Amino acid sequence: MNGLTRMKKFHQARWNEPIIYELSEPGQRGVLVPGPCCECASKEEILGTLPEHMVRKDLANLPEIAQLQLVRHYNHLSQENLGVDGNIDIGQGTCTMKYSPKVHERLAGSPKMLHMHPLQPANTAQGVLEIMYKTGELFKAISGLDVFSVQPGGGSHGVLALASVVRAYWRDKGEEEKRDEIITTLFSHPADAAVPIVKGYKVTIIQPDSEGYPDIEAFKAALSDRTAAIFFTNPEDTGIFNVRIKEFTKLAHEKGVLCCYDQANANGLLGITRTAEADFDMSFFNLHKTFSAPHGCGGPATGMVAARKELRPYMPVPLVEYCPEKGYYLDFDLPKSCGKIKSFWGVIPVVLKAYSWIMTLGADGLREVSRVAILNNNYCMKKILAIKGASMSFPNHPSRIEQVRYSWEKLKKDTGFGTADVQRCIADFGTHYWSSHEPFVIPEPFTIEPSESYSKKDIDDYCAVLEEISRMCYEEPEAVEHAPSNSTVHHIDHDYFDDPAKYSITWRSYNRKYKGYFEPK
Amino acid sequence: MKIGFLINPVAGMGGKVALKGTDGEDILRRAIELGAVPAANSRAEIALALFREAASYHYFYAPAGEMGGKLLSENGLKPEIVFDPAEKTTADDTKRAVSLMLEAGVEAIVFAGGDGTARDVCSVAGEKIPVIGIPAGVKIHSAVYAKRPKDAGMLVKNLLQGKVKRYVLAEVMDLDEDAFRNNAVRAELYGYMKVPDDREFMQDRKSGSSGSDTNETLDIAAFTVNGMIEDEIYLIGSGSTTNAIFQTLGKEGTLLGVDAVVNRELAGKDLMESEIKKLLLDHPKEKRHLVITVIGGQGHIFGRGNQQLSPDVIRMIPRENILIIANSSKMSALFGKTLIADTGDPELDEELKGYFPVITGFGKKIMAKVG
Repeated sequence: MNGLTRMKKFHQARWNEPIIYELSEPGQRGVLVPGPCCECASKEEILGTLPEHMVRKDLANLPEIAQLQLVRHYNHLSQENLGVDGNIDIGQGTCTMKYSPKVHERLAGSPKMLHMHPLQPANTAQGVLEIMYKTGELFKAISGLDVFSVQPGGGSHGVLALASVVRAYWRDKGEEEKRDEIITTLFSHPADAAVPIVKGYKVTIIQPDSEGYPDIEAFKAALSDRTAAIFFTNPEDTGIFNVRIKEFTKLAHEKGVLCCYDQANANGLLGITRTAEADFDMSFFNLHKTFSAPHGCGGPATGMVAARKELRPYMPVPLVEYCPEKGYYLDFDLPKSCGKIKSFWGVIPVVLKAYSWIMTLGADGLREVSRVAILNNNYCMKKILAIKGASMSFPNHPSRIEQVRYSWEKLKKDTGFGTADVQRCIADFGTHYWSSHEPFVIPEPFTIEPSESYSKKDIDDYCAVLEEISRMCYEEPEAVEHAPSNSTVHHIDHDYFDDPAKYSITWRSYNRKYKGYFEPK
Repeated sequence: MKIGFLINPVAGMGGKVALKGTDGEDILRRAIELGAVPAANSRAEIALALFREAASYHYFYAPAGEMGGKLLSENGLKPEIVFDPAEKTTADDTKRAVSLMLEAGVEAIVFAGGDGTARDVCSVAGEKIPVIGIPAGVKIHSAVYAKRPKDAGMLVKNLLQGKVKRYVLAEVMDLDEDAFRNNAVRAELYGYMKVPDDREFMQDRKSGSSGSDTNETLDIAAFTVNGMIEDEIYLIGSGSTTNAIFQTLGKEGTLLGVDAVVNRELAGKDLMESEIKKLLLDHPKEKRHLVITVIGGQGHIFGRGNQQLSPDVIRMIPRENILIIANSSKMSALFGKTLIADTGDPELDEELKGYFPVITGFGKKIMAKVG
């Protein structure tokens, strides 16, 4: 059975699984919670030390369920799921889906990690601090920069950290009021435009020229003595690496502007080019992306900040430092710091996984990762461009790094079916694909990123699915019309996620908003 | 679902005989004399072919004969006939059809025609119910029309299948046909109608959505109002994006005209060129501001729907005080194109070339080139 045939015979699981609260039966239990340890006093005595208003009178409303029923519940949910462990996840472009080594889960799950507490004295946390410090040391080589913080809990949070450092820097220079603008590019990650606004900045976006590079004339027109910083992603979401990047940083530096490099996706750059060589002052790296830690469905993750030593005074506190007398320690003595970006010190299991990944691969291994990712992408690109109806954005600029934003514009013109239709169809093959985030300027877009983890056969199978869907659009429009037919949901109404009156993220709010909603009227 | 279906049978007849439109009876007669054949019905049929199958469980309301009834019947959809027009149809027939459809309680109107037809539909339906335009006219400047009849057909199908979740306001524009025939392009903005937002189907959840166009427009308005400086004058208009500023100020602005604001109060309403000049003279040059939006699918900042802003007026305002505001979806639609200043004065058009920041959100601008 070849890959395509196998994928065609896929059928999604549907368990009609209730919410765990609906499975709750009074008196059932899965674990016996240990009581206070022997040296401590009784439960009553401990509660007696708390102020009265902090002691709850009723029991928390938690589901009551035994272990077997609980395991079954979560197994069902996992079967109704799709992820990198269950499908060829190269369709989730810009996300750098790759293999997260399972052995890292063992490391992160060991009691040495699990039982750590962020408020432990540093001299009892030397191991964890050493990993944080040494991860920074590794990034000296990877980025060419000098000081590091693993505090931000994700990529966009990394952007927020950079914007915070920018603000602290200009405050120190006495130009905080005047320097209130930030410049980014249209195909930088949308967070580079959105997040500095949260920090009070006005953001100006530079559109690309016909080759797909940011328009340098527009950049010159936007740059002024009000510019605080530039936030550039490179390579951009189109997969195009801006080879003129140093012209931009040079122009910015001439106006005293700070240069921030979004290296969230550095998967095509490791060992090939670095932040320092592009003359940027700061950058951030997603340890949960390029560096193999799982994405965790929107976190917890790590957007590691890296900066030149001149910017050390403005970094988030505390920084992890080392001296022979004290060992590893947390340095809070940064009076000009932008402050804390997150409570405590960062998402340590993610840092541990990235550290382990880098140490396992070594310098040669990292370079190999990027070379294979680029090779995979260019192989995949050749296959996709041979599919009827598919094309790529900025065809005048044929080379791409680690991903490509493609277009079904021709398919749409020929058949009336576009990227959303392909997306519906692909669910029938046990896989998925993602179209694009802002800006919605490439017609009928889709973004494919086959990182180094995928085999040639994986890429062949995935492209065969795309080819089959294209064939269906041209030859069996009715089948496309009614797709997906092997899946369980036909059209997700996204509006629920945007409407505060409709979404609920807790059982309590669900009950409030939907009590009686599903009962027969 | 109850759907109104309407064809302007004479739309598009002038084009092939180079008459630049068929507004008015004399021109129509000349078009027929020159050998023009009605094309609107065949354009509508292309669209109909795409949604016929999805249409079986829906109710259609149409005028009899060439204005839609005949085409629907021939295709097996039994429409409710709203009235039977005379053989020579006019703009009044379009308006009458729309008002009878509204009375019958239709939830959307599908119409085939050109800019003139869109104007007529808009004059009655306004923003009350969604519309889908099948392009069949000589002049298609109105954004209410789909790109091609086929695209319109797909939109109708999506609508009938309940797949349309969001609507956006689209411009109804028309050229002055007399001027157009004399090779002068003078487009006016006549209003807005609600059309399906077909981007709905390609938007993904990964990055979340920035919310609807309406919310974005209000963000833009709030940002613009926030930046207003005391005792300086702001000329605002025309269009729905600029009009949202008045919603933010709690004032009644003119949708299709230019108003003036000083200290967040109205200093002039629906101003003519001469009135604008007079008002501007009360303020030193550096304290004069102009807030405009991008009008129409071609990306005009001047020369479409804001002719009050004459070359003289534009010259009275410093370049850096010209504030362009537009939704990001509008700027996305213009991706790869330059903005157009068509002031009527080639020298000024030349001066206006170069980069302008366009405000697309709260604190968010995009550098756009006027070419």
